[in-house]
Amino acid sequence: MSELAAVLPGVLEKAGWSVPGGLVPVLAMFICASIVAAAMGLSAAVLVWAERKLAGHFQCRLGPVYVGGKFGWLQSIADGIKLLLKEDIIPADADRPLFRLAPYLVVLGVFLAFIAFPVSEKLMVADLNIGIFFILAVLTLEVFGVILAGWASNNKWALLGAMRAAAQMVSYEIPMGLAILPVVVEAQSLSLKSIVAAQSGGMLRWYVFQPPFFMGVSFLIFFLAGLASLKRAPFDLPEAESELTAGFHTEYSGMRFSFFFMAEYAGMILVSGLAAALYLGGWHGILPGQSGAMWFLLKTAFLVFVMIWLRWTLPRLRIDQVVYVGWKVLTPFVLACVLGQALMAYK
Amino acid sequence: MVAVEKDVRTDELVINMGPQHPSTHGVLRVVLKTDGEMCLDAQPDIGYLHRCAEKIAENLPYGQFVPYTDRMDYVSGMGCNMGYCMAVEQVAGIQVPERGEWLRVIVTELNRIASHLLAFGTYGLDTGAITPFLYGFRERELVLDLLEMLCGARLTYSYIRIGGVDGDVPPEFMDKLKEFLDIFPKKIREYNKLLTYNHIFMKRTVGVGVLPADVAIAYGVTGPCLRGSGVRQDVRRDEPYSVYPKLEFDVPVGTDEHGPIGDAWNRYYIRIRELEESAKILRQCVKMISPGPVLAEKVGRVKPPAGAEAYTRSENARGELGFYIVSDGTMTPARVKVRAPSFSNISVLPAIVRGQMLADVVAIIGSLDIVLGEIDR
Repeated sequence: MSELAAVLPGVLEKAGWSVPGGLVPVLAMFICASIVAAAMGLSAAVLVWAERKLAGHFQCRLGPVYVGGKFGWLQSIADGIKLLLKEDIIPADADRPLFRLAPYLVVLGVFLAFIAFPVSEKLMVADLNIGIFFILAVLTLEVFGVILAGWASNNKWALLGAMRAAAQMVSYEIPMGLAILPVVVEAQSLSLKSIVAAQSGGMLRWYVFQPPFFMGVSFLIFFLAGLASLKRAPFDLPEAESELTAGFHTEYSGMRFSFFFMAEYAGMILVSGLAAALYLGGWHGILPGQSGAMWFLLKTAFLVFVMIWLRWTLPRLRIDQVVYVGWKVLTPFVLACVLGQALMAYK
Repeated sequence: MVAVEKDVRTDELVINMGPQHPSTHGVLRVVLKTDGEMCLDAQPDIGYLHRCAEKIAENLPYGQFVPYTDRMDYVSGMGCNMGYCMAVEQVAGIQVPERGEWLRVIVTELNRIASHLLAFGTYGLDTGAITPFLYGFRERELVLDLLEMLCGARLTYSYIRIGGVDGDVPPEFMDKLKEFLDIFPKKIREYNKLLTYNHIFMKRTVGVGVLPADVAIAYGVTGPCLRGSGVRQDVRRDEPYSVYPKLEFDVPVGTDEHGPIGDAWNRYYIRIRELEESAKILRQCVKMISPGPVLAEKVGRVKPPAGAEAYTRSENARGELGFYIVSDGTMTPARVKVRAPSFSNISVLPAIVRGQMLADVVAIIGSLDIVLGEIDR
């Protein structure tokens, strides 16, 4: 963003528009926010299509084929238009202000997190010096939205979904946060830019492949906990279709429903991208010297593919099992990783 | 110090599950009493699909009731056709030709495969795995194509008639059937890899909803649910009808290999094993069937003697299907009563659901594999 703010006055002058100097950073902010919002919405749309297509092939079907000619690539646009045109229903006994607020909170959390999303050295809205901390912090906003949605709907299934979401988020935020620590200890920084920069020089320099694999294990834990915090299968209990009809968003329809939907898909990209940046060398290529946004997007796409793959293969865990795995399996393991990495750094 | 009045108390949450709910397998309503995620009580409330089938039977000539039986257990209509026709044949003293009996066994076993494949797929859905459903449907499609060759229908067949079957099979049927039987074992292994032995799936089903053998018998549970509890009971073997005495097949029962006998996993796995057994039966049928007439001659209008009555048992996909018919000497039966296996099977739900988690309720209902068309009739 700062780069944009630096070049913006020149661009504006060429275009013949005069903007007071004080307004330039504000303008830059607006541009960045629109780009992030557009990228988020667009990537979510692409991802919805990709998931439907992949799911189709996993299930010996074709997936979408008609909309937009070949491959049905316009399917999500059609779905989006349909959702926009749907009636927005608010249940009679719902807590109206909270019911309206909830979807925005959910989207807001993911949207804010994209600010520190490190696509490449240059393609990054803001390189915060506490980037990774910031992302984890704003991502927790999402759970507020989910709980509010479940509570405000005044529906028992939605309430159960919200309670599940609360239990699950609390259990998985902790291993997710702790899994980042070994990387932070190694890179000596919370800034995503410096963490990725520290992994330059080919595949073997990626943190995930660093012996004795404390960071490799924490990568797996981060990915699993990320899946759980996104409420993706096999941790999709808050919206468990076969048990809770649709969980916390049972009562939502139209555009408000699609906000939850969009947040989920944008969240998938976010968690995959974070995992790629923290453990898989971010924008650095497989060979030394290779780098670019392409690499980052490839790794992200691969991790997103793994998420989709898991979803269409595995059954769903039960809530006690989910909480058990979070507290009694992932947390001790990740604590051991943190301790090991810390001892290595001490030496 | 302000005295704190302790008026915080927690209530049981009564949740209405269904009749519109994705996992009640039709229009079943279950009244759940829960404490958070724990289920304290579950009372099934049935009757949303009641169509007075038995009363209709009393007002129709015998032959015209066959299509109604399709709509009882609509997932294995052939079995219902057969159960009813057997009862009418017994009450009217009609002899079914040999080839007719063979074809009946072939179609009911095929239908059992289709039904168990649906149970397998929907059980995957109940536990949160979506893909097995479509894998099951891929093979179910082949079975339905076979049945479609016989009677043009894919769900409500009415292929089995009083006195035999509607018509002989088309010439290419047996080859298609052999083809299907050749590929089927491989597909069953695929199901096992995908779902049966999946770690998460076993975590969700092993030890869940344990139904002890004595409780199962007390509630009149039959079919795969009873066999899952370790009781080797199968009408095809205990009171063989049609050509079953000539066929060799096993009756799989639940084991304690992975967990307690009678849990949801055992009930599920019995159905997978029965897929193999049905395929075994079909292989023998293909070899042993001989040409001949398929429908008894001069069945015409069935008019059993007055006072004749019959109760026949047959093993449908869900358990023991009984038809009780009383004749008053006219062309319509005086009384028809159906003993539907799903009806008894769902009645055991409150007994095994107590103390389980909410997600287990879904897993237990799924493992009972009920069809509401049959429960409500």
